[in-house]
Amino acid sequence: MTKVQFSRKNFFALAGALLVYFIIASLLSTGMISKFQEINLMMLGINIILAVSLNLIVGFTGQLALGHAGFMAVGAYVAAVLTLKLHQPFLLAIIAGAVAAAIAGLIIGLPTLRLKGDYLAIATLGFGEIIKGLANNINYIGGAAGMIGIPRLTNWTWVYLMMVVTIIVTVNFINSTHGRACIAIRENEIAAETMGINTTYYKVLAFAMGAFFAGIAGALYAHYFYLIQPTTFTFFRSFDILVMVVFGGLGSITGSIIAAAGITITNAALQDLAVLRMVIYALLLIVIMVFRPQGLMGTGEFTLDRWMPKRGEAGGSAGN
Amino acid sequence: MALLETRGLTISFGGLMAVANVDLHLEPGELVGLIGPNGAGKTTIFNLLTGVYHPTRGEIIFNGRSLVGLKPYQITQRGIARTFQNIRLFGELHVLDNIRIAYHWHSRYRVIDAVLRLPSYHRGEAEILSRSKELMRIFKLESYQNEKAKNLPYGEQRRLEIARALAARPRLLLLDEPAAGMNPQETKELMALINWVRQEFDLTILLIEHDMSLVMGICERIYVLDYGQVIAEGPPEAIRNNERVIEAYLGQEVNGVAPQGGKS
Repeated sequence: MTKVQFSRKNFFALAGALLVYFIIASLLSTGMISKFQEINLMMLGINIILAVSLNLIVGFTGQLALGHAGFMAVGAYVAAVLTLKLHQPFLLAIIAGAVAAAIAGLIIGLPTLRLKGDYLAIATLGFGEIIKGLANNINYIGGAAGMIGIPRLTNWTWVYLMMVVTIIVTVNFINSTHGRACIAIRENEIAAETMGINTTYYKVLAFAMGAFFAGIAGALYAHYFYLIQPTTFTFFRSFDILVMVVFGGLGSITGSIIAAAGITITNAALQDLAVLRMVIYALLLIVIMVFRPQGLMGTGEFTLDRWMPKRGEAGGSAGN
Repeated sequence: MALLETRGLTISFGGLMAVANVDLHLEPGELVGLIGPNGAGKTTIFNLLTGVYHPTRGEIIFNGRSLVGLKPYQITQRGIARTFQNIRLFGELHVLDNIRIAYHWHSRYRVIDAVLRLPSYHRGEAEILSRSKELMRIFKLESYQNEKAKNLPYGEQRRLEIARALAARPRLLLLDEPAAGMNPQETKELMALINWVRQEFDLTILLIEHDMSLVMGICERIYVLDYGQVIAEGPPEAIRNNERVIEAYLGQEVNGVAPQGGKS
């Protein structure tokens, strides 16, 4: 019984995902979405990838990391070098960027994940600045001027595909014994370790996975905007992503998706208001944090189960 | 052969010898009590046995192999599980998930199996679920399955913590003040539970407790600790009448029963 409804649920999720894809793809091809809106659409997808992957680190594993823009930068630069300088196919560039970011995640994660809370935050903040500093000083990748003329290979199909992959992988990971190990670390690290969980392994794993997807987001970003500079990946971008995660709910994937979409759209809608935009944006954040400190979704998820007959099991089903 | 043996177990924090030359010896299947006044070093011994602290000197042999230098998760995987004096449940998680997490290190499927939802993932999850439900049934926690652990009544939280420790399938169970904060009726039920669990799971148990009715009632042997040293060891009757023990607890001779623990 459970099995049948499981696949029915998956079927609806798949049908929904394809429907959204084709609707937006046809709107794009018929020109109903303006150039400006298209930019926002791409940023929306990229931001969802960034928010979901950061949520894995901050929301599920409970490690406050502020260097997500750094991983994004690694992915962006590595992928851009591959397409622009070495003339490799886009898919290979995306994968290489993601793997490079994951390796950076391992390198930074192994020593810093011994630190907790605010100390980890400062250490990862430093990492982001180091990446920026490196990019500034390596002439091969353009130094402070950045890389210009990156081919525009990113389109709606790529963004949507990568977004779906990120969400599926993260949801499947979280709903497994490995994901529960990460959540246990967030809840009580000492108890988790006493339950036989190798906490270092899972912290580093979550960190590397989060970095991997941030690398994908970076690669997509670089190949949409022609240009990347060290200043594209400042601390403020890391912070923006963190805001989305907190806003949506630490430990809620659907929360991250909704928040990333909401914030991107709000930002775009307020574009014309210039300086006032930041004021309204900040006020909005304050209001939401005051009235819903746990974020939009808390640790809960928005699932298809709500409209479906009850599945026998209610064992922490995240996402759709 | 002893299941657990410590030889000259010592740890000092700065100039303070919290545990000094402690020799413990537990045979398989024994139920042993560890008592002593507040600050005697009881929980510190638990922390040494489970790898939270590393001994300054001395040896810990479990099942014929040394535990010194191992990390807590490795020690759990060798077969020692524990509960905590101040309950450490995963408070925001459901009761079911608390137990499922403890089965984690027995699960065989890999991260890639989970991400791709391969058959081994479904098999592994089904097994974890059925084992967890079985354990919840045994501990009469089924009705709380989808309740957050922090919302359980106090006594149930203690029971859940023991159930969770057993989910790790240990050979030796360390209970740190399991009766703390319980009323006499709950303590009585707990005693029955501990006895039953020991039979059912074929366990060796070492427990710290201030509630003397519990310690004297179920322990076969008792170690008494004071200022980090073992001052007495033996069956409950012998401990009850031991001069040094009475002195350590009260400073003078009273009717042989130490005061009930007030720590929570």
